[in-house]
Amino acid sequence: MLIETENLSYKYPRGKDNALNGINVTINKGEFTAVVGHNGSGKSTLAKHFNALLLPDAGVVTVDGVETANQGQLFNIRTKIGMVFQNPDNQIVGTVVEEDVAFGPENLGIAPDEIARRVDKALATVDMEQYRKRAPHQLSGGQKQRVSIAGILAMNPECIVLDEATSMLDPKGRKELLQAMTSLNKSGTTIVNITHFMEEAAIADRVIIMKDGNILLDGTPREVFADREILLNAGLDVPPVSRFVKEIAGLGLEINDNVISEQECVEAIETLLNR
Amino acid sequence: MLKDITIGQYYPSVSFVHNLDPRTKLLLSFVFIASVFIARPYNIGYAIIILMTGALYIISKIPVKMIFKGLKPIIPIIIFTVVINLLFLNGEIVEIRWIDGETVPLRWWIFKITYEGINYAVTIIIRISCLIAGTSLLTYTTRPMELTDAIETLLSPLKKIKVPVHEFAMMMTIALRFIPTLIDETDKIMSAQKARGACLDNGTLIQRAKALIPILIPLMISAFRRADELALAMECRCYNGGEGRTKFKQLRISARDMVAASVMILFLSLVIIVNKFNIGWFLV
Repeated sequence: MLIETENLSYKYPRGKDNALNGINVTINKGEFTAVVGHNGSGKSTLAKHFNALLLPDAGVVTVDGVETANQGQLFNIRTKIGMVFQNPDNQIVGTVVEEDVAFGPENLGIAPDEIARRVDKALATVDMEQYRKRAPHQLSGGQKQRVSIAGILAMNPECIVLDEATSMLDPKGRKELLQAMTSLNKSGTTIVNITHFMEEAAIADRVIIMKDGNILLDGTPREVFADREILLNAGLDVPPVSRFVKEIAGLGLEINDNVISEQECVEAIETLLNR
Repeated sequence: MLKDITIGQYYPSVSFVHNLDPRTKLLLSFVFIASVFIARPYNIGYAIIILMTGALYIISKIPVKMIFKGLKPIIPIIIFTVVINLLFLNGEIVEIRWIDGETVPLRWWIFKITYEGINYAVTIIIRISCLIAGTSLLTYTTRPMELTDAIETLLSPLKKIKVPVHEFAMMMTIALRFIPTLIDETDKIMSAQKARGACLDNGTLIQRAKALIPILIPLMISAFRRADELALAMECRCYNGGEGRTKFKQLRISARDMVAASVMILFLSLVIIVNKFNIGWFLV
């Protein structure tokens, strides 16, 4: 396991209630997890505990066996757990794409030729090599977020936490970013995607539903989407495709109503029509 | 519309000067400035300076019209100093001989035109023009980022006496990075305020200045928010000041820089020699 929280509680200095109430969660190496919740559910607060941006008021967070409260290991923890934020404009430091990707490795004091190798590799991974000399403001939102991912990849992380990284993107940019996440996960990087889009939860291996600082559900997308009542209670809903086939099934038609992706929905409708 | 502005005055081109190390260019600019101040108008010193400025522009493949573009903003200053010197400097007053043989000194009320005044006015025109043209060449041929890097490296010995050189360079970098982003944002805020009926383009000067307030305040607030988020993102990427940091883009001194330095030192020596022995005074 990579990240483990034990009875993690946290309250913001000016907050009324606890943002997190005794969270116990384990993120394993190589997993693709989506953390979903309504605004104020504590999902971003949880994410900020994964790389020691916030330290628990009570309980313990460990990354690869190291406690995040251990200040001496801060660089080590932040190198292992990279983070991509919501606003694509506010996390790019360099005036040129490749300089921004090099920013993390520079901070770690890595030798220049090794940095060059890492920058090449990271840009190739997110498919942004042809933009390496561009200025950030010449890129689209999705491209900027891919540059941010490359900046983290260049630090050779174990895990990337995306804190609502898709929420400011247009549908095209979001699709690009989700593809990047899936392919990174296939090559072995642990992904934690914090989001409020259920469609994004569907492509993860594991979904954690949060409400009011508690974990409501934790399981595969199929398991989680099965319980629509709990989701509605958390201010969420199953993805539109799942709802759609459920409605068709409600009309008395024989359709596979256990559907979580567009692909499965298309297949289900095809089998229905061929019957 | 605001998006089209260029940051700095970089003039993209491929030339000997563009390819020089920014540190070399920065230091040699000082050599050039020194030469301009050493040269005197009483001999061929100024001719050498003017020729050199022209030659540098040709080598850099920068069109000569860029010299005038650089000079434009300071023309009022030049005219002002020239007029003041021309009219008020003490010395031998110029006399004009009319056709009938009568000589009239050029003097009226408190104004007078003297030989020294004319001399000094010409000196100022040449000196300021060459100074601006020469130093603009540095910004025409060097990207702002390269310049920041050069300043950081050249000033790095000052770190020993606790001058925050790295922090200064980082601030410059972030400022350069965010200028286009903030310009974009200004554009959006202006459109938003216009859509709400704000009148930005007409009215008296005071009215227009007042109309800027609803644009500047949201811009400031958003800039602070951006700063906050950027700081968080930088922390996540292990930024911890300049200590123990390496540089991806290494500045390298090559043979090219040696050649450029030699030429400029030769030029400086020539100016000094011409000045010292007053070579060519009879030509002027």
